[in-house]
Amino acid sequence: MKINVTINNEKKELEIAPDDILLDVLRRYGYHSVRRGCDTGMCGICTVLLDGKPVPSCSIFAARVDGHEITTVEGLPEAKELAKILAEEGADQCGFCSPGLIVNTVYLKKLKIKKIEEVKIKLIGNLCRCTGYVGQHRAIEKFLGVEK
Amino acid sequence: MIKFKEYIKPKTIEDAYNLLTTKNAEIIGGGAFLRLSNRKIDVAIDLIDANLNFINEINDSVEIGSMVTISEFEENPVLSKLYNGFLKNVSETVLSFQMRNIITVGGTLYPKYGFSDLITALLVLPTEVYLYKSGKFSVEDFLKTRLEHKDILAKIVIKKENLKTSFQYIRNSEYDFSILNVAVSKGNEVKIAVGGRPAVAQLAYKTMQFLHGKDLNEEIIKEAAKMVSEEIPFADDIKASKEYRKKVCEALVKRALLEVM
Ligand SMILES: Cc1cc2nc3c(=O)[nH]c(=O)nc-3n(C[C@H](O)[C@H](O)[C@H](O)COP(=O)(O)OP(=O)(O)OC[C@H]3O[C@@H](n4cnc5c(N)ncnc54)[C@H](O)[C@@H]3O)c2cc1C
Ligand code: FES
Ligand code: FES
Repeated sequence: MKINVTINNEKKELEIAPDDILLDVLRRYGYHSVRRGCDTGMCGICTVLLDGKPVPSCSIFAARVDGHEITTVEGLPEAKELAKILAEEGADQCGFCSPGLIVNTVYLKKLKIKKIEEVKIKLIGNLCRCTGYVGQHRAIEKFLGVEK
Repeated sequence: MIKFKEYIKPKTIEDAYNLLTTKNAEIIGGGAFLRLSNRKIDVAIDLIDANLNFINEINDSVEIGSMVTISEFEENPVLSKLYNGFLKNVSETVLSFQMRNIITVGGTLYPKYGFSDLITALLVLPTEVYLYKSGKFSVEDFLKTRLEHKDILAKIVIKKENLKTSFQYIRNSEYDFSILNVAVSKGNEVKIAVGGRPAVAQLAYKTMQFLHGKDLNEEIIKEAAKMVSEEIPFADDIKASKEYRKKVCEALVKRALLEVM
């Protein structure tokens, strides 16, 4: 079956199977920043925006997004700024988790979320196997202007 | 892996029901749980376009369509304030924000999962469940009823009352399933629900009856907490033993009752 999706502001017609998962389709069409971690909705590495909201692309059927809008990290102009701060704070090691984390954090910036407790609740699903989170938190707090 | 031959997004719940009852078909709410199952079905019926994504405040009630996602309890101005943020707090314990952006009210209630946190919380609020064919149930009756045929959860309605509430849980980590959860509400009567037993949540009727007409004080709360742990059936599973759950239950009920005292 065919679906029409706007990906990073570009209209695309994609050929999919009825039971394809969005993550697989995105990777098949070259959106390699969208990565597979747990494949069960638990790690946040596959996060993309669906109509502006962060969702795990590993847990959504591709057929659902027909007629909708997907944004990956490449489609977010603010991503560069956060990536730079993450690097400055030594918050990337292997970097595998970064695209998903950046997509979710940029969403929080749009919502103007600045309370650390709320930030933690919203980012709990972005796991990182390398950093221990401290550097990431410093970077995220800077980027969001978290109230001290 | 789940496999299906056709993916259909009906425009009405009636069309969805007709498909569900005439084909080897399954409803897709958020799809988050279904996606993990290992089955072959002919037709996936996605309710996304069936006009079930509504939140309406009507007099002293709020009606919530079955396709509303759990994150709306934290983001929607009406839902996040309901019962002073009680349901917001409970929802925020469920999985991650990204997952809460896809999992739905229908997919949470209809399958009656034992580990559900939201079901336990809704049991102590005046909540009604509306099924397309089988009609209206209190959430308590819905959980006890074995439907004779497949149905579709259309909406839930939560009445606003002046209740004090508390939700308590224990998990191995913040991000895991509850090993046990407890919800309590107090208005004229006290309601106590226990979930993650690991079977689906249920009310502690005997203890609720014991508390009828009594003022809560520390002595009574201690007695009630013990009663709940003896009245509710628990079982072993991979996460915890029956005995452990019983002990934890007593502690959580005590904490919850102290909060609403
Ligand atoms: C990895 C993981 C961890 C989880 N951890 C927790 C947790 O800690 N606490 C917690 O409370 N929950 C947890 N959940 C469960 C979650 O909250 C949802 O209950 C679950 O994902 C189902 O929601 P869904 O909308 O994705 O439903 P789906 O996966 O789409 O559907 C689930 C079932 O319900 C049926 N269904 C869906 N909608 C309807 C409807 N409107 N009418 C009739 N039938 C319907 C489907 O056919 C299917 O059988 C977890 C889920 C996952 C996948
Ligand atoms: S790969 Fe999707 S949440 Fe882990
Ligand atoms: S930097 Fe390696 S997983 Fe996060």
